[in-house]
Amino acid sequence: MTRPSSTQPPSAGSPLVDLVDLSVSLSGTPVLSKCRLSLRPGESLGVAGPNGAGKSTLLAVVATFVTPTGGSGAVLGTPLGSPRIPAVRAEIGWSGHLPALYPDLTLGENLALSARLSGHPASRGQQVLAQVGLAGAAGIRAERCSNGMRRRADLARLLIGSPRLVLLDEPDAGLDQDAAPIIDHLIRRTIRRGGAVLCVSHDAAKLSGWVDRVVEMRDGRTT
Amino acid sequence: MRAGFWRSAGLIALRDLRVELRSGEALTVVFPFAVVASWIAPLATNASPLLLRDLAAPVYWLITLLFGMMIVLRQTALETRAQRRALALTGLDPAARFAGRSGASGLVLAAVAGTLILPVIIFYDYRPPSGATLMAPVIILAAAGLAMLGTLAGDVTIGLRARTSLAPLLMAPLAVPLVMGAAQSLESLVAGKSIITWVLALVIADLGLAAAGVMSARALEEISL
Repeated sequence: MTRPSSTQPPSAGSPLVDLVDLSVSLSGTPVLSKCRLSLRPGESLGVAGPNGAGKSTLLAVVATFVTPTGGSGAVLGTPLGSPRIPAVRAEIGWSGHLPALYPDLTLGENLALSARLSGHPASRGQQVLAQVGLAGAAGIRAERCSNGMRRRADLARLLIGSPRLVLLDEPDAGLDQDAAPIIDHLIRRTIRRGGAVLCVSHDAAKLSGWVDRVVEMRDGRTT
Repeated sequence: MRAGFWRSAGLIALRDLRVELRSGEALTVVFPFAVVASWIAPLATNASPLLLRDLAAPVYWLITLLFGMMIVLRQTALETRAQRRALALTGLDPAARFAGRSGASGLVLAAVAGTLILPVIIFYDYRPPSGATLMAPVIILAAAGLAMLGTLAGDVTIGLRARTSLAPLLMAPLAVPLVMGAAQSLESLVAGKSIITWVLALVIADLGLAAAGVMSARALEEISL
C-alpha cells in the first residue's frame, strides 16, 4: 500500500482519520474496496449498510487492528501499517459488537483492570460504571450479567479516559431504550473535547440520530 | 500516564490468577487427572517396588510436562480477540502482557508440579534423596520455562484452526531441554553430585525464552488483533 506523505502529528484541523482508496482483502477475499473517508476533530460520522457490507472491517482498520492491502490511510496522523501505529492506540476508544469483558471477573474488576492499565486509579472503574447505571452491579461476575449489562459495561470502558477517536460497532445492539442516552453522552463528550466519532450500524435512521452525517456502505465500498 | 512495564505485567498476572482461582480448572480438573495418570503405571504394570522407584522421577516429569502443557495452553486460549483488542487500546506493552501471563501460568504450574510430588511418593514408594528441598528452585525454574514456552506457543498459533493440536506439538519438543535439565538435577541429587550445572542450564533456557517472548511480543500481538 502507498502511504500518505504526512507523518506529522495532526493539527487541530487536520483529519483524525483519512482513508484514500483503501482496500482490504482477508484470506484473499476482498472485503473493502476503494474506501474513502475523512474525519476531522469535532466530527461524528455514521456508516450504514447491510450485513456483510464491510462495516466492521472498516472499523477494525480505523482501530488499527487490520492493515490495509491497498490504497492509503492515516489514523491520528500516523500512516496505517507504520511501525508507529501501536503508539496511537491508547488514544482510540473502541467498542465492538461483542463485549470485551472477562466472564470470570466482576464488572468492577473488569473496569478497574482497564482503568489501571491506562494509568487511572481503580476507583475510576467504579465511577464509569455508575455513569452507565451499573453502580450496584460492580460485584457481579460478567458471565452472570445480561447481555445489555455487558454492553453497558463495555461502553463504560470508553468513558475511563478521553480517547480522541471513538469507534462504535452497532452500539445499541442488545441495549434497551433507557441506554440510548449513554451512547449519546459518549458521542457528545468526545466531540466536545475535540475528538471524533465513527459509528457503524445497519440502521441508517438510528445513526442519523447520533451523528452529524451518515454515509452508506455496500459491497465493501463507501458511497 | 499509562501503567509501567512491571505494574502492567502484575495486573495481567493478577487477572489470570483470579480467573484461574474462580474457574478452579487447574485444581479441580487438571490436578486430579494428573494424579490418576501417575497411578496408571503402578496399577497397569504390577512392577516390583524397586522398578517403580526407578520409574518415579521420569513419570513425575512426564506428567508435569503433559499436564503443565494443558494448564498453560488453556490459559492462553481463554482470551478472545475482542479482549486482546481492548487490551491493546489501553496502550499495554505486549511484552508486559507476555510477562504477566507467563508469570501467572508459571505460578499455577509450580503449585501443581510441587503438589504432584505427593502422589508420586505414595504410588511409587519413592524416597526423596537427602537435600530434596533443593528441588524447589528446580521446579520453579522448570515451571517458569514451561509457562513462557506455552505462552509463546499459544500466541504463535492464535487464530489457527488446528491450534489445539498444533500448540502442544510445537511446545513438547521445545520443552525437552527444560524437562531434561529438571530430571538431570534430580538424578544428580540422587547420585550425591552438585546440581548447580543443571540449575544454570535451566536459568539460561529461561532467559532465552524470556528474551524470545519479549522480542516477539509486538509482532505476535499484531497477528492476534
